[in-house]
Amino acid sequence: MTDPSLEALLSRSHALELLHGMLRIRRFEEKCAELYGQLKIRGFLHLYIGEEAIAVAAMAALEKSDAVVSTYRDHGHALARGISMNAVMAEMYGKRTGCSGGRGGSMHLFDAASRFYGGNAIVGGGLPLAVGLGLADKMQGRSNVTACFFGDGAVAEGEFHESMNLAALWRLPVLFLCENNYYAMGTALERAQSETDISAKARSYRIPAEAVDGMDVTAVEQAVRQAVAAVRAGAGPHFLELRTYRFRAHSMFDADLYRDKDEVEAWKKKGPIETLVPSLQQAGLVDDEEIDRLERAVAEEIAAAVAFAEQAEWEPVEQLLRDVCAPEPQ
Amino acid sequence: MTAAKATYRGALREALREALLADPRVFLMGEDVGRYGGSYAVSMGLLEEFGPERIRDTPLSESAFVGAGIGAALGGMRPIVEIMTVNFSLLALDQIVNTAAALRHMSGGQFHVPLVIRMATGAGRQLAAQHSHSLEAWYAHVPGLRVLAPATLQDARYMLPQALRREDPVLIFEHAQLYNMEGELTAEAAEIDIRSAAVRRPGRDLSLITYGGSLPKTLRAAEMLASEGIEAEVLDLRVLRPLDDRALAESVRRTRRAVVVDEGWRSGSLAAELMARIVELAFYELDAPPVRVCTQELPIPYPKHLEDAALPQAETIAAAARAIAKRHV
Ligand SMILES: Cc1ncc(C[n+]2csc(CCOP(=O)(O)OP(=O)(O)O)c2C)c(N)n1
Ligand SMILES: [Mg+2]
Repeated sequence: MTDPSLEALLSRSHALELLHGMLRIRRFEEKCAELYGQLKIRGFLHLYIGEEAIAVAAMAALEKSDAVVSTYRDHGHALARGISMNAVMAEMYGKRTGCSGGRGGSMHLFDAASRFYGGNAIVGGGLPLAVGLGLADKMQGRSNVTACFFGDGAVAEGEFHESMNLAALWRLPVLFLCENNYYAMGTALERAQSETDISAKARSYRIPAEAVDGMDVTAVEQAVRQAVAAVRAGAGPHFLELRTYRFRAHSMFDADLYRDKDEVEAWKKKGPIETLVPSLQQAGLVDDEEIDRLERAVAEEIAAAVAFAEQAEWEPVEQLLRDVCAPEPQ
Repeated sequence: MTAAKATYRGALREALREALLADPRVFLMGEDVGRYGGSYAVSMGLLEEFGPERIRDTPLSESAFVGAGIGAALGGMRPIVEIMTVNFSLLALDQIVNTAAALRHMSGGQFHVPLVIRMATGAGRQLAAQHSHSLEAWYAHVPGLRVLAPATLQDARYMLPQALRREDPVLIFEHAQLYNMEGELTAEAAEIDIRSAAVRRPGRDLSLITYGGSLPKTLRAAEMLASEGIEAEVLDLRVLRPLDDRALAESVRRTRRAVVVDEGWRSGSLAAELMARIVELAFYELDAPPVRVCTQELPIPYPKHLEDAALPQAETIAAAARAIAKRHV
């Protein structure tokens, strides 16, 4: 890029894209919390609020043909991956028009079109799956990358270690993205790990690994872009530990009694939207009007998604047994 | 005999407290049992009372901490391991089945595993396919284990001390729908054993046989039937392994008709085992083929109306009972 004004324009529009992506997730989830109070959404609801930079930046760095493996804290991943907000909201309601046909709900968002392999609610359960997706790509000579999200809690599971080893041993094209928000439900990282430097664990399996400020959307994007390029070029698995924080309780059932209010407030100031907006303003890249415009667009999209979910019919009970197995061959 | 207001959750907590006070070898470990207070708030307050040595938060490592429970039991402790839910016990299945259950036999009786494992089980809260299992039958399949399903406040309160007295592994399944159940708790520990089934409601016309989270639904079904003039006996199995054949046979011989109610999936279920035993034990006394009400054979769906349709309900239990009661009156 030689023309500096073009570069500025591109980076401005890209920065706004990232901000827009994060606002979509933030406001969508605030709405979900409200809908939960109205009993429209039920079951477990795990909010991603505070962690938006990771999903938005990581998805920006992936290709459409790449695969994504998520967890039960999956709304942000799903929206950033490009699953329509209508389909995600309808899934939150349990309607047939939801991205998992209404059968999965909040924790089990899936979308074949964007190679979004879900919404796994067993901690650590997605890692072996990602290894397998990478194996299939490698065996079939495709240059795809599989991006696998999981939390700091998953790092304690055997499946984490088994997956690290297998991915490294077979040099599979998998990018491991550990969203370290320092808590697994009520258990703080230092109360669960003898070695709290998570990326060091990956390195011990000879996987290139780096810790990144997960609140800095551009830092995340840069790190993911580099890692994705390396994985795609055949350098084997890579690992990023993205340091972040969840601003809300673990789920709607959590009274959040295990952490200091001050700690939560301090992290909120470091939030990805909270820090990006002033820095864009200072650089003169965005003004209040622009932010209003983004907020209005997001609010409209959410209102439309709620209407879409509301108006859909409930699936008839007669169809209860669908999608358990493929139909028997004739 | 004094009666006090209690909840199922509170009864479980009291049992834990009593055990911790009574025996210094007893300790509790599991994910979020301490600082968080237990994912179902059963162990709330115990960390403050007993400290982090005896109320041990573990990392998310089901296989490791269940295995560590087995090792600690071998080493002379009396561990109580909490697995957050049966869904996650699958990550520890190897330790439970291949080690805890088999150790006494494969060591020729030299070693044994006095370990209690508690876990929440069951569906009904719209938690979808990975958080709604009822896999009690899998564990009840395995020799070497004792499997308990407390469905009343009394059992929630008094099964644990009995389990801790055992020399072999005991699994206690707490149905997630029961934690908020309220009622009266009486101090009659002596009557509680972990061997026998219990008749929860007498009745002469048919036997409704069930356990765990299905007991309240089954009792509701029995009420509905009573209003129609059908007197159903409700048998609560309580102990899923070893099954109380005598109570089963006695009940069915009395009523000559049986409906088995089981939240497990029908194929290969505990219900299947019970049907087989009813036929083995009381074939010639039956006036109708035994029937069963189980969970439909699909992973549990998220929407409420579909989840309800998938699970046994008081209405479906009553309908099954009517079908065999009517046909033969
Ligand atoms: C195998 C397993 N054990 C326990 C749970 C219950 N559980 C759900 S989320 C969670 C905490 C996970 O923490 P982390 O991996 O850090 O992800 P975060 O929720 O912080 O995003 C626990 C213990 C589970 N879902 N799966
Ligand atoms: Mg975490």
